[in-house]
Amino acid sequence: MRFDLLFGAIAFCAVAGVPFFIPWATVMLTIALGVGLAVLGVVVLLRAGQISFGHGLYYAAGAYTVAFLVQARLGLDTLLLLPAGALVATVIAVAFGFFAVRYRDIFFAMINLAVSMVAFSLLEKLYSITGGGDGLNVARPTLAGLKLGRVSFEFWMFYTTLAIVVVVALVVGRYLASPLGKGLEAIKSNETRLEYLGVSSARILHIAYGVSACLAGLGGGVIAIVTGHVAPEFAYWVRSGEFVFIAILGGAGNVVGAFAGSIVYEIVRNYAAAFAADYWQTILGVSLIAIIMFAPQGLTQMRFGKKRGGA
Amino acid sequence: MRQIVLKAENLRLRFGGVVAADGASLTAHAGERIAIIGPNGAGKTTFVNICTGYLKPQSGAVIFEGKDITQLAPRTIARGGIGRSFQLPQLFLDNTVFENLLLALSAREGTWRPWMRLDRHPKADEMRDMLEVIGLSSVGDRPVRELPEGMRKLIDIALALALKPRLVFMDEPTSGVSSREKFSIMDTLVRALDHSATTAIFVEHDMDVVSRYADRVAVWTGGKIALEGTPEHVLNDPDVRKNVIGV
Repeated sequence: MRFDLLFGAIAFCAVAGVPFFIPWATVMLTIALGVGLAVLGVVVLLRAGQISFGHGLYYAAGAYTVAFLVQARLGLDTLLLLPAGALVATVIAVAFGFFAVRYRDIFFAMINLAVSMVAFSLLEKLYSITGGGDGLNVARPTLAGLKLGRVSFEFWMFYTTLAIVVVVALVVGRYLASPLGKGLEAIKSNETRLEYLGVSSARILHIAYGVSACLAGLGGGVIAIVTGHVAPEFAYWVRSGEFVFIAILGGAGNVVGAFAGSIVYEIVRNYAAAFAADYWQTILGVSLIAIIMFAPQGLTQMRFGKKRGGA
Repeated sequence: MRQIVLKAENLRLRFGGVVAADGASLTAHAGERIAIIGPNGAGKTTFVNICTGYLKPQSGAVIFEGKDITQLAPRTIARGGIGRSFQLPQLFLDNTVFENLLLALSAREGTWRPWMRLDRHPKADEMRDMLEVIGLSSVGDRPVRELPEGMRKLIDIALALALKPRLVFMDEPTSGVSSREKFSIMDTLVRALDHSATTAIFVEHDMDVVSRYADRVAVWTGGKIALEGTPEHVLNDPDVRKNVIGV
């Protein structure tokens, strides 16, 4: 355990040092962390044994909320835009959750996929509001009240995202260790028993669904600000599939897995695209097959857990 | 006269051509231990499933402490004071034994705070005591998946008792365990039931267990009670000996 903490601290320092030692990788890493937030949302649901192939919807909700607010020229700061994106995604999820949490397994996955595709279509078709297939540009907002140039903004946005990631990881880690989080594991292993304990498994899953969407919305907001652009593809099923892919790659067993998976995914994607433009998806696919075969618990479990009993 | 805890009245349920409950009625008094015996397919588990909300009868009523619970959902019934264990233990296999009990504790207390670690539940000691009572303290930190059937049976019953129910249904608490284990399980169980003054109704095939631990026996055939009485009276009945016990 102590060694794990040491390893985690070293990994954190390595990530935190990137803007100083590999400055050109700063944006790539910020994007990875932003995507990692959305992946963590998927991981929360995986705890209950439920896969969502539609979390792109909440990712897009966060991103578009940020874009709309920036375009409205309200002069909102990044530190207000991000919670606003997360909030809108959460509200949508809580409303849709009343319906979605009635379903399990493939039906849960598909109902999420279906709704995200409806959202994708709306984002594409409602051109006057959403910018259609072109999406919307997101002008660089202030950060903590400061109007920064591009390089400074990218530098500080990285650390802002890193700080958010650390806080979110701690909070979600505590949530997953709480009765509510353990309730998710209970849904996965025996929902019948949970009901006979007098517990509404739907309510536990509904809360998790809201938490999960909040994380995806937060991630979407980060990406909108960092990349300066949002597009309907944010809600497309391929994006949702990517989140699931990364969750499996990193390992759903712990919170760190979402971010480790996301960083590895982003690096492989960037380098594979640069050096094997026609084959980069093949490289990713083969990596995932290798992970499933040789480290079914994901990348972090290769390092953190030699042989752990449960999740 | 002891207070009536449960009154099941004239329950009827058919699955197509199969009659699972055909006017089944049973009354349980506070602190009683009632054994339900009968051949396979007689409707014993159906009766338990109706009383715990898993199945809804086509007619009849289940009255618990004066309230009609016939149409309530299992979780509402559980919250109302009825616990149950299963023929095949229903547990959270990936969690430890202690976590299983703590989840039951959280369910009972309604403590679902997202900032509180489950293992630091303020009443966790109560569950440690329960582990002690059922003799499983040494395996408290092990995942349930790794434990033998006998232990799982005990944990399944402990989960039901952790809710502090006023009535508990147990479906074959000693099935699938060795003959040596069964008395140990039942001794432990009866100790826990007496300790909490819980009324118990259990389905059982083992007549040694029935004669030793039941206050009253109800013989189920064709979806209803054919005979009811003390263990001595029922187990010595010629029809029961021939058709149920098989001697």
